[in-house]
Amino acid sequence: MSSVTLPSLQDALELGLTESEYDLICEKQGRAPNQVELAMYSLLWSEHCAYKHSKKLLRTLPTEGKHVVMGPGENAGAVDLGDGLVCAFKVESHNHPSAVEPFQGAATGVGGILRDIFAIGARPIAVLDSLRFGEPEIGLPYPFNEVEEDKGRSGREKEINTQHPQELGETAAKLADKRSKLAANRSRYLLDRAIAGIAHYGNSIGVPTIGGEVYFEAPYEQNCLVNAMALGIGERDKLVTSAAVGIGNTVVLFGASTGRDGIGGASVLASAELDISPSPNQNPPLGGDSSGKGPNGHNRRSTVQVGDPFEEKKLMECSLELLQRGLIVSLQDLGAAGLTSSASEMASKGEVGIDIDVSKVPLREADMKPFEIMVSESQERMLCVVEPANVAQVLALCEKWEVGGAAIGAVTDNGCMRVFDRGELVGDMPVRVLVDDCPLYDLEPIKPASTPYRPARPPQALRSPPTQPRELMLALLRSPNIASRRPLFEQYDSVVQSRTVRRPEQADAAVLAIRPLDGSERGPIPGIAVSIDCNGRRVAADPYTGTVAAALECASNLACAGAEPLGTTNNLNFGNPEKPHIAWQLTESVRGLGDACRALEAPIVGGNVSLYNESPPTRANAGPIYPTPVVGMVGRLPDVRRAGRSGFARAGDAIAIVGPFVPCLAASELAKLRGESLPDGLPAIDLDAVVAAQAAVRDAVRDGTLSSAHDITEGGVVIALAECCLAGGLGAQVDFPAEEERRDPKRDDLERLFGECSGAFVVSGEQAALCALAERTSIELVGTVEGSSLVVGSQIDVSLSDLGRAHSALAELFA
Amino acid sequence: MKFGVLRFPGSCDEVDALYAARRVGDAELLWHGDRDLRGADAIVVPGGFSYGDYLRAGAIARFSPVMESVIAFAREGGLVLGICNGFQVLCEAQLLPGALLPNTNLRFTFRQVDLEVVERDTAFTCACLVEGEQAGDVARLSIPAKHSWGRYYADDATLAAMRENGQIVLRYAPGQNFNGSIEDIAGVRNERGNVFGLMPHPEHAVDELTGSADGLCIFASMRMAAEGADASGLPPRIAGGARV
Repeated sequence: MSSVTLPSLQDALELGLTESEYDLICEKQGRAPNQVELAMYSLLWSEHCAYKHSKKLLRTLPTEGKHVVMGPGENAGAVDLGDGLVCAFKVESHNHPSAVEPFQGAATGVGGILRDIFAIGARPIAVLDSLRFGEPEIGLPYPFNEVEEDKGRSGREKEINTQHPQELGETAAKLADKRSKLAANRSRYLLDRAIAGIAHYGNSIGVPTIGGEVYFEAPYEQNCLVNAMALGIGERDKLVTSAAVGIGNTVVLFGASTGRDGIGGASVLASAELDISPSPNQNPPLGGDSSGKGPNGHNRRSTVQVGDPFEEKKLMECSLELLQRGLIVSLQDLGAAGLTSSASEMASKGEVGIDIDVSKVPLREADMKPFEIMVSESQERMLCVVEPANVAQVLALCEKWEVGGAAIGAVTDNGCMRVFDRGELVGDMPVRVLVDDCPLYDLEPIKPASTPYRPARPPQALRSPPTQPRELMLALLRSPNIASRRPLFEQYDSVVQSRTVRRPEQADAAVLAIRPLDGSERGPIPGIAVSIDCNGRRVAADPYTGTVAAALECASNLACAGAEPLGTTNNLNFGNPEKPHIAWQLTESVRGLGDACRALEAPIVGGNVSLYNESPPTRANAGPIYPTPVVGMVGRLPDVRRAGRSGFARAGDAIAIVGPFVPCLAASELAKLRGESLPDGLPAIDLDAVVAAQAAVRDAVRDGTLSSAHDITEGGVVIALAECCLAGGLGAQVDFPAEEERRDPKRDDLERLFGECSGAFVVSGEQAALCALAERTSIELVGTVEGSSLVVGSQIDVSLSDLGRAHSALAELFA
Repeated sequence: MKFGVLRFPGSCDEVDALYAARRVGDAELLWHGDRDLRGADAIVVPGGFSYGDYLRAGAIARFSPVMESVIAFAREGGLVLGICNGFQVLCEAQLLPGALLPNTNLRFTFRQVDLEVVERDTAFTCACLVEGEQAGDVARLSIPAKHSWGRYYADDATLAAMRENGQIVLRYAPGQNFNGSIEDIAGVRNERGNVFGLMPHPEHAVDELTGSADGLCIFASMRMAAEGADASGLPPRIAGGARV
């Protein structure tokens, strides 16, 4: 091996390794790693690749069940759909790249998750996204050009950042308003570009974006979240794993050429707290030289990859045809940590070694160093193992699809990951050490004495909330977390591939026919329904119960469409796990996820962890994000002809509240609007009652006895009613029977109207059909579908057009 | 009756078009690198992002080997339907007048739009009926549109000639023109009447389960035109696919 100067401990620390990890590498290798090896270790031993702070917790999650075909550990999980077909799905985050460069960050997030799906041999059929941004301050004149950034951070301003605005004087409140507008400029920019990036990639590749969710909260201001989920359909007996097998088989890299983009993405960017401020001390240490050609620079833009959906479209068709023709033995996509991660994981799973000669990798830039080639995160690349006799055919098929392809290595029996450069050995590491020997850390969870989150600062346009139910309802409908997502999802193609039976806002879950609709269907048409959800504010108030609620909401959404859960994926977005209160959030949240998935019989088949989502205390609104365990759930329904709808469908139908309706204002949207502090804990959820209610609703939808079904979430029952009216274009007359013995009638009224809970639904249909639900769950008849206004008792009477105007408040963000 | 549906690298809606065409006849995919149209009676140039829409939407696809044959086929009077990206390709190939520009909102936009059938006596709209029709009724189709370069444009002289020749076949219904197309134009044909392009996607409106079956009448019309005016071979629900 060449005898260039070995990197030092200091280099290892700059790459994100700890001193003890570096010592462990030296000990296991029997020598200090060279530059290539250190670069590879630093990535594979990063939080992003090794899950070193989360793996022990993740092992507590339920991963087995009667529908599970492929569990965690593969590129994507898969559940059985019957008829020889499976649904592959997974959610993944691209948070830090999106905070640095939202368009490419979000676009390559979609590209990456799609590759995970076709890497196991399933054709991607849908994308959903789960997004979090800071407050966009809708309803104010925009752009906020008059706001200039204050250079210095005076003591006064620090005070503003730590106190409740109402406790401040008028001048200070103005300063705080100014800061909100500054933050809103950035939040709006991130939202706009992230949506455009998702649209750019998903639309161009011919995979429909059929759903998703977005929340706007101040703790996401400095750390936006971009999670993308993808689903695919494959034939059960044609799925492929990533395990490299067959000593002597050839390793072929195909797809785009390899450049310097994304170097260090997994370690430097994804596994550390994010400080996006320009700083001369932040040269990503992988660069080595200071010529300016490498990944050096004053910010982290060069650690973000650049995507090309056209290249991925060809890559996808090529991969699927290679599999269809049985030309490859195993397949793996190149994502975080590029060739390093994909080659060593293929070797690890197959319990073999792999030799790679970097001089055979097609490059974008001629002078790339071996370690740069090994860690590059250039997009749209796949690695496969091929029997030598088939290599020519594989390369010919690559040529047909106009994607590059090159044989770059071989499977060996020595258990080592060896890197060569023009035949010269430049790196040699035992696969087991590289992939499996990264130390796993125990968390040290401590419940904080008080919440680390300040009370939500209500959006300025909604300041001083009204007290009358009518005005409160309109203010909630206008609020960014509740207003219609139409201006966002209108930027996505939701119908390509001829499967989409329920588009966004037609039902609580998106519904797709399993096979494309071609007119030849006779009898029932089986379908899948999918939902993704997480209300981070509720998780912040109570990590256990909030996470249970997130999983239950997904299942409720599926029930409204008529689907039963088959499996779950999750993306755990949290702050720095080395801090005790974050460790506590993470531990409680995973416990909640496990309990909910067990109760729902919807095991976890795959997922992702994104930690260190917090920014240094020097930044305004610094600190951790709300803990955000995003849950994605896939369910099956026997006949899409009977897929449920959320909107009222027929004048004269009775309206009922179904399920355990125990509304609570704590941590609700209304509480946020009023600037209330987060409570310490949420009311416990009766899991059995919720699961029973979901089953009752699901069966009624399947029987076709309900005209509509919609679950009660943010904003409570009145907002749910308004959404049913708007989705169906029909009014409703509703009256809640008076309750006796009220301690505080005013508060109780509002709690009933706007309080939130899990597992309750607004359904409509013939009265007899609704009453029949009483055998299985609680039900309360509350009114009738009629007219063109929503009327609630004597307190609310608002026309559909006024409801619609309030509900379309987000349109101004994309005007 | 056999439809040939082109497949370019970057096509996205070719399989949808294939399934839609098969609802009224036979159909198969035609690879962009082959010049052989395999005996197709009509050609569909589908939606998507052929060649990544690099340079300009449709600008590269129009030079592909299969398009040489499609251009010759069109010159001989063969029926050619261009949908979305296919419409852009046909304009680039100068088989259709005018051009498609970026939407006025500069965004990719998906919307279910209502279209008015301006010319019903064409090879692409002759099966669009109005149930219980009375004199003066206009057939309306509910069809999804999804694109970022869909703003139809032609100069005044071209527009005047198109009006004169009945080449403006579809318009967006009042309030539905989200892309800023001139004169609300959604679909046009060539002077001879055998080539037709539209931005909305009729292949995504062929089944009530996905929201609408109105688009089927475009494919049914092509079959009627190809096989002679007799629509007796078509199921009645196809011929009556349009609503008022």
